[in-house]
Amino acid sequence: MFFSVRNLIVFSVFLLASSAICFAGDAPAVSIDSGDTAWVLISAALVMLMTPGLAFFYGGLVRRKNYLSILMQCFLAMALLSVQWVLFGYSLSFAPGTSWIGGIQWFCLRGVGLEPYTDYAATIPHQAFMIFQGMFAIITPALIIGAFAERMKFSAFMIFTLLWATFIYDPVAHWVWGVGGWLRNLGALDFAGGTVVHINAGIAALVSAIVVGKRTCCDKYTIAPHNLPFSVLGAALLWFGWFGFNAGSALGANGIAVNAFVVTNTAAAAAALSWALIDWIINGKPTMLGTISGAVAGLVAITPAAGYVGTGSAIVIGLLSSVFCFVAVTTIKHKLGYDDSLDAFGVHGVGGIWGALATGLFASKAVNPLGADGLFFGNAHTFVVQLGAIAVTAVYAFLGTLILYKIIDVVIGIRVTEEDEAIGLDLTQHNERAYTMLE
Amino acid sequence: MKLIIAVIQPHRLEQVKEELYKEDVNLITVSEVLGHGRQKGVTEVYRGVKETGNLLRKIRLEIAVNEDFVERTISAITRGAKTGKTGDGKIFIMDLPGCVRIRTGERGSEAIG
Repeated sequence: MFFSVRNLIVFSVFLLASSAICFAGDAPAVSIDSGDTAWVLISAALVMLMTPGLAFFYGGLVRRKNYLSILMQCFLAMALLSVQWVLFGYSLSFAPGTSWIGGIQWFCLRGVGLEPYTDYAATIPHQAFMIFQGMFAIITPALIIGAFAERMKFSAFMIFTLLWATFIYDPVAHWVWGVGGWLRNLGALDFAGGTVVHINAGIAALVSAIVVGKRTCCDKYTIAPHNLPFSVLGAALLWFGWFGFNAGSALGANGIAVNAFVVTNTAAAAAALSWALIDWIINGKPTMLGTISGAVAGLVAITPAAGYVGTGSAIVIGLLSSVFCFVAVTTIKHKLGYDDSLDAFGVHGVGGIWGALATGLFASKAVNPLGADGLFFGNAHTFVVQLGAIAVTAVYAFLGTLILYKIIDVVIGIRVTEEDEAIGLDLTQHNERAYTMLE
Repeated sequence: MKLIIAVIQPHRLEQVKEELYKEDVNLITVSEVLGHGRQKGVTEVYRGVKETGNLLRKIRLEIAVNEDFVERTISAITRGAKTGKTGDGKIFIMDLPGCVRIRTGERGSEAIG
C-alpha cells in the first residue's frame, strides 16, 4: 500500500525536519517542495486526461449510434465527480474517521488548505494531494462504463455513478489509503490503485454486465467497433496519462517516481507486444485492437506494483497480463455468457487482480527499501496480505454494486427500451448524433 | 428477372442476411440511406436549436433475381426484417429488362445467379 510507504517517507522527512529544528532553531517543521508540488500538479493534469482518453478508447469500440453516449458519460462523470469530490467525496475518503469510512469534517474542503498535510504528503500543499486523488475518483467510476455501454439509461447512469462513487469508491479508498483505514493498517501493497481503482471498478463492471443484461442481438452477431482509430488515440492518451497515475503516486519528484515511470512504460510495452503475438499465433494476424488492449492490460497490471518492482519484473508482469486478459475476454466471457461490452472486467478486473498478486510476488526492497519483499524475494506474508486485500475489495464491490443497481432499477429502471436501443443512445438519450450522412 | 429493393431497419440487417442465406440468395448489394416513412423522425437539438422530423438511418438492399427466386427472397426479407412496429420498412419489386456479368460478358438469367 503506497501510503505506508508515504508514511515512512513522511516520517523520515519529519525526522529530518525535527533535527533541523534542533540544530537550526526556528526552521519550519514542514515545508513545501516546489519540485514535488510541480510534479504532483502535472500528474493530476495527466490523470485528468485519462478520462477523455478512456472516452475515445471506449467510444471507438461501440456502434456509431452510441458514440456520443460514451463520450457524454465519461465527460459528465468528470463534471459530476469533480463536484462530489470537493463537496464530500474527499472528506469521506481521506478525513480522519473510523477504520471503515472517513469523517465529514472536510466538507467543501473546510480545513483542506495550502499547507502540507503530513499524514499524506509532507512536501506538497494539501489541496495538491486532494486534486491528484480527485482525478482517481473520477476515472474509477468511468471505467465501469465499458460494461453497460450501449444500453444504459442516461438518468440511471448519473445516479449510479454518484452513488457508486459515494458508497463504493470513497469507503474502499479510505480502507486502503485513508488515515486509520483498516486495509492500510494490515500493510497490503498498492502503489497507485490496483485494488482501489482497477479491481474495484473491474468487479463493479462484472456486476453491471450481469445485472443490466445483454445488448439486444449481441448473442448471435458480433458488434464491430465503429472507429478503431479513435480507440487507438484513446489508448495512447491512457498510456500517456498513466505516467501521472503511477509516477505521480510517488507524490514527489524523486527516484521512486522515476522507477514507477520506467516500469509503467516497460509493462505497457511488454503487454502490447505479447497480446499482438498471441493474436498472431491464435488468430493468424496481429490486430490493432488486440495490441491496444494489451497495452492497457499491462498498464493496469503494473499500477499496484509500480513503486515496488524492478524493470525485469515489469516485463514479466506485462507479458503475462495480456495472457490472462486475453483468456478472460476471448474464452471466459463467452463461456459464462455475460455481455461486458468493452471488456471493463476482462481488462481492468482481471489485469488488476493479476497486478495485485504480482505485487505480492515481485515486490523487492532492493527497488524500494520502504516497501516489502514479495514471495519471490523470500516473504510469503506479503503475498497472503495481497490475496486478502483482493478478496475483501472484490466481495465489497460485488455486493455493493449489486445493491445499488437493484435500488435504481426499482426506482427509475436502468435500461433503455428495446426501441431506443435499436435507434441508438445518441438520438434517444441526447437528441444528437455523432455523424451526419448528408454533408 | 426482377429487381427487389428493400428498405429495412439498420439493426435487422444481420437477421435479413441470415434468412437470405438460408434461401440460397447470396448476391446482394447493401447501402446506407436516410429515410422517412410513417414512423416519426427524431428530434435533434444542437445548442438549444431544435430540428424536428429528421430522417432516420435505414438500410437499402438491392437483389436481382430470376423469377423462381422472387417469392422466397421476399419471404426471407420479411422474416428477417419484421418486428411488428412502425418503421419496419418496405419491399419494392420491379421488372428487370437486362443484366450483364462484366467478367464473362454473360447476359440475362445466366448472369444473375
